[in-house]
Amino acid sequence: MNAVKPKHQRLALVVAAMVALIAAAVIATWALRSQASYFYVPSEIVADPPGAGRSVRLGGMVENNSIVTQGDGVTIEFIVGDGKARVPVRFSGIVPDLFVEGSGVVAEGRMQANGTFYADKLLAKHDENYMPRELDSMTAAERDAAVAATTE
Amino acid sequence: MIAELGLAALWLAAALAALQLVAGVLALRSAGSDIAALVRPAAVVQGFLTTFAFAMLVWLFARTDLSVKLVAMHSHSIKPMIFKLAGAWGNHEGSMLLWITVMSAAGALIALAERRLPERTMLATLAAQGFVALGFYAFLLLSSNPFERLPVPAFEGNGLNPLLQDIGMAFHPPTLYVGYVGLSVAFSFAVGALVTRQVTPDFARAMRPWVLGAWIFLTLGITAGSYWAYYELGWGGWWFWDPVENAALMPWLAATALLHSVGVLAARDALRAWTIMLGVVAFSMSMLGTFLVRSGILTSVHAFAVDPERGTFILALLAIYIGGALAVFGLRAGSVAEGERFAPVSREGALVVNNVLLSAILGVVLLGTLYPLMTEAFGVRVSVGPPYFDPVGAIFFMPMMVVMAIGPFLRWRRDRLARVQSPLILAGIVALAMLALALALATPRVLPLLGLAVGAGLAAASLLALRGRDVRRLPLATWGMVVAHLGIAVAVMGMASESAFTKERLAALRVGEAATVGPWEVTLQEVTPVAGPNWNAIEGVMIARYADGAPRRLAPQARSFWAPPTETNESALETRWNGQLYAVLGKAADGGRWQVRLWWKPFVTLIWYGGVMIALGGLLALIGRVRADLKRRTVQRKAAERREGMAS
Repeated sequence: MNAVKPKHQRLALVVAAMVALIAAAVIATWALRSQASYFYVPSEIVADPPGAGRSVRLGGMVENNSIVTQGDGVTIEFIVGDGKARVPVRFSGIVPDLFVEGSGVVAEGRMQANGTFYADKLLAKHDENYMPRELDSMTAAERDAAVAATTE
Repeated sequence: MIAELGLAALWLAAALAALQLVAGVLALRSAGSDIAALVRPAAVVQGFLTTFAFAMLVWLFARTDLSVKLVAMHSHSIKPMIFKLAGAWGNHEGSMLLWITVMSAAGALIALAERRLPERTMLATLAAQGFVALGFYAFLLLSSNPFERLPVPAFEGNGLNPLLQDIGMAFHPPTLYVGYVGLSVAFSFAVGALVTRQVTPDFARAMRPWVLGAWIFLTLGITAGSYWAYYELGWGGWWFWDPVENAALMPWLAATALLHSVGVLAARDALRAWTIMLGVVAFSMSMLGTFLVRSGILTSVHAFAVDPERGTFILALLAIYIGGALAVFGLRAGSVAEGERFAPVSREGALVVNNVLLSAILGVVLLGTLYPLMTEAFGVRVSVGPPYFDPVGAIFFMPMMVVMAIGPFLRWRRDRLARVQSPLILAGIVALAMLALALALATPRVLPLLGLAVGAGLAAASLLALRGRDVRRLPLATWGMVVAHLGIAVAVMGMASESAFTKERLAALRVGEAATVGPWEVTLQEVTPVAGPNWNAIEGVMIARYADGAPRRLAPQARSFWAPPTETNESALETRWNGQLYAVLGKAADGGRWQVRLWWKPFVTLIWYGGVMIALGGLLALIGRVRADLKRRTVQRKAAERREGMAS
């Protein structure tokens, strides 16, 4: 290949860089639309459940007296609520240190056809000041209501 | 008194930063004026003052002076001394003070040691540094004063978040900060060179050690952070695509691109404008990371100081620095863009492709990190995780590894692929052999398979690049490249192996019962209470045997800290040459059983060995470059002396 003019070379570099970056943006946007795991609160997941097998996050308050340990000693079932709807969740594993009844939790996993949410991972607050960010939009009153509703 | 001394030193340092900026700008406007003589001393004294202020803060923490708000908020009299000291930077105010200390110490070092740059570029660089520093001084003194006193001294401190009470976590933030700050120096260099239109190979050689140094520290910081998350959080994973992890990864990606383009500029006088642009982008990424972590806009295990006002302050700084730099870039880029030409198939060409792919990865990570914030503005809550980052990142990372394998074989300026095809065919055969081996062992998913194959090919190609060369005469910088590329290959193979071959076992065991995971048999021997300096714990003693080998003792703990009251899980690790056994003790289950989670992770340690190799490669290159520069300077000085001798 003959040496190109500097101006053309610079132009070629800029074009190549632009094409790559636009390709990256297109691929990323497409992937974000199809892969991003969407966040649901119980009333949303009950009203409009995501397709079975799709990985999503479910966030809400753990109902009081709802945690039941199964016979294998490592599987638990509990109810996540937001004051309007309640979703049963099943999880096998070691629960995070601050996973307790009456507290916020985000479960990552899949909704099953039988209406139970199978969680692969539980995210609980790491200290007393931390609330999973996705739950921020629930007002303090809503959270209290959710907890109160679950104690009945 | 100590706190007041520290605060006074900080105010004085801020005044000197202002002087450095004003004197620098005035000196640039009226060439040859005496005011230029003020700039270097201002930078040097500023460095001493901030170091003094930081030492005062560490002293306050060492004495647990509870009349100081910061100490009362983040320390406790019964904490071990090492964590008292680390507490000085384990919080928002202290870490910002550490940042400005490292930055002005770097400024002092440039002022004292840098003699390669033209004097005017030097002045512009130091003025830019004063400008950047001034923003951070304002931030510290106006909204985050670390030396604030309490009206009434506290009776006892709040303690340090136990997750941070770990030796890795004590040194992890300073390591990252040195990296971030090194990029701020590179930014100042870029702005300085733009202002005086002196984007030359000499400038690139002056900038390169700073980029290399920042990159080494970022690499170490990310590697250490990954290992910390792996063993301290007890989730068994080594990378979570947590926004705070991404905040360190993004500057690393930009710095990696910058490192390679500054090399092209130094060696071949090409890619001038692109290098400057990357200098601006790299520092923008470290500022953006600071903003994401410090603003409370993202919640994360690592983020502290949730405070919207501070977030706004950092965002304003970000806008001023980046906006200013981009404006200067827009005005001046045209006048520096002319450079040497090269053919597409050449060392330069490979480095350009590498740069573009790195930028694409940076864009992908940036978009994924900011996307939840953007959609939230429209009321849609989204979380982005591995299902996005893993495949989309890989789309660009896999071809980059192929380019990394080819690039080192190519000559500068112009080459033919036919000339370099034989080692590449060999590397391809190695990759295919690895693919076959992985398929024979298990049937993993596509990404881990590709990672193993491409990693093996890259490792082979990196070593083949040494073939036919006298390894004793090889420049250190070349060794650095080989070691760093090999480190990438090793780390990628570790990641792929971990995700392809990990075995997991979750069980509730009575004392005396055993569980198997992969080739291991693990028996729960006893569960006993133990006590530490500021925590109690339940310890599960386990005896593990690898394929009937010698028994190994593991003791994971569930710890309860007193101040602040927090529970953490201390995992236990048993490392073999071919992988790690990872054990976590859970809660008590009914029937006298204990929850136990075990993982067997083949070759997982390669991830961090690879990280260390990458950093080591950077260190070798840095030593090699600095030595070559010193030699060049000696030769030039001698030549100048000889000329003078002949003239007289």
